[in-house]
Amino acid sequence: MDSVWEYRGLLLEGTVVTVQLALASLALSVLLGLIGASAKLATNPASRGVANAYTTLVRGVPDLVLMMLLFYGGQQIVNDLGSATGLWDYVEINQFIAGVWSIGFVFGAYMTETFRGAILAIPRGQIEAGISCGMMPLLIFRRITWPQMVRHALPSFTNNWLVLIKATALVSVIGLHDLVWNASTAGRSVREPFTFMFAVLIIYLILTACSDVGLRWLDRRYNVGVDRA
Amino acid sequence: MAEQERTFFEYLVYVSENHSPLDFMLVADHIDKFFYGALLTIEITLLALLIGGVMAVPLAIARAYRHPWLNGPIFGFTYFFRGTPLLVQTYLVYYGLAQFDFVRESFLWRPILSNAWWCALITFSLNTAGYTTEFLRGAIENTPKGEIEAARACGMSPAKMMWRIVLPSAFRRALPAYSNEVIFMLHSSVVLSTITLQDILGVGRWLNGRYYLAYEGFITAMIFYMVLVFFISRGFRLWEKHWLGHLRPREQSSLPV
Repeated sequence: MDSVWEYRGLLLEGTVVTVQLALASLALSVLLGLIGASAKLATNPASRGVANAYTTLVRGVPDLVLMMLLFYGGQQIVNDLGSATGLWDYVEINQFIAGVWSIGFVFGAYMTETFRGAILAIPRGQIEAGISCGMMPLLIFRRITWPQMVRHALPSFTNNWLVLIKATALVSVIGLHDLVWNASTAGRSVREPFTFMFAVLIIYLILTACSDVGLRWLDRRYNVGVDRA
Repeated sequence: MAEQERTFFEYLVYVSENHSPLDFMLVADHIDKFFYGALLTIEITLLALLIGGVMAVPLAIARAYRHPWLNGPIFGFTYFFRGTPLLVQTYLVYYGLAQFDFVRESFLWRPILSNAWWCALITFSLNTAGYTTEFLRGAIENTPKGEIEAARACGMSPAKMMWRIVLPSAFRRALPAYSNEVIFMLHSSVVLSTITLQDILGVGRWLNGRYYLAYEGFITAMIFYMVLVFFISRGFRLWEKHWLGHLRPREQSSLPV
């Protein structure tokens, strides 16, 4: 355990990278989820088709495969496209960007399902009432859809977030210096891999416990007006 | 004309190497390796699900009935395995255990604990046991009260009631969640490739490394995983149709449309 304390700086740096990665991927996945949910609920069959293809693809392919495809293959595609069109110069896809895009892409599909269910749970009459009061679509979204959607989506959102945090560990496989990578390097150099991996597990448990507290606070806030049995 | 002297096969190789964005002939040359990889992926996933599932049933029963001194430790076990990444759990077992002399000197070291296949199987089984325990517990707790009262009224012993009434009904209720767990386990099995095993992704990585390619191996791996997931969800849909048939609304085909 002394050795873990000795390397606390390295582990802390790794934890910061892991948290940054998780938050950036979460932001992307929420954005993709909102777009995907509105595409799935749209009347246009083409947009529904694209959204269905997206969720089916993600359900079929493991996240690490997408991550490696993006990290090793994406760079070549982006640069081939850039040199063919002349729109951009050499772009480098580093491990962090590949991680954010692939995790965000994967969890965007799960968020799509989450938000779709949450929007469907809002009574249609409320939106009609909003329209009849003369509200613009944006105001309806802000005042009626969003507050209730968040409430309905929170349990499933919480679940997605907990799975997402754990998925960030995979980015160490493509070489991002995150918590897992730093800890396994340190563990190898002092020949105590078990101690360091155990420390990583504890840090992950602390991260999930902290987010649990935060999400429970959100849950209370968005459920203020609801009677609970 | 060189074009006409080529056989069709040579022509395919030529197109594949020079014009196609994906060198599909190279993949076709190594497709047997991908099938062996798929076999390893399926083997470990199925065995882990089987072992984990068998472990989960007694654990879930103990948790659902709040066994006085087993409930706490089991909750600790499931919390630990559900709250941490499978990748790190696997590293802990495969790379970590060698740290202890008593493990390396034990009789289990050479045949089992120094072997990546066994380490993966142990970790995956414990991991899926953790998840399965929790949703099976939920399903047991949601057994309709009437079913239990009916079983008591028939004079069933608690063991018989568990075997005949509670478990069959809980398994049915847990089936949709279990299909997700199976797909999730298949997705998680990519961790195998990080501990030197040649699963589907492992073969893809090997192919890319050997021929210095950017996508071929990964795209092929992607297709293999998609096909597997397709068959799993198809299978579960049939299974649900069979076991949850009594919950479906009645067929309306006899009504005039």
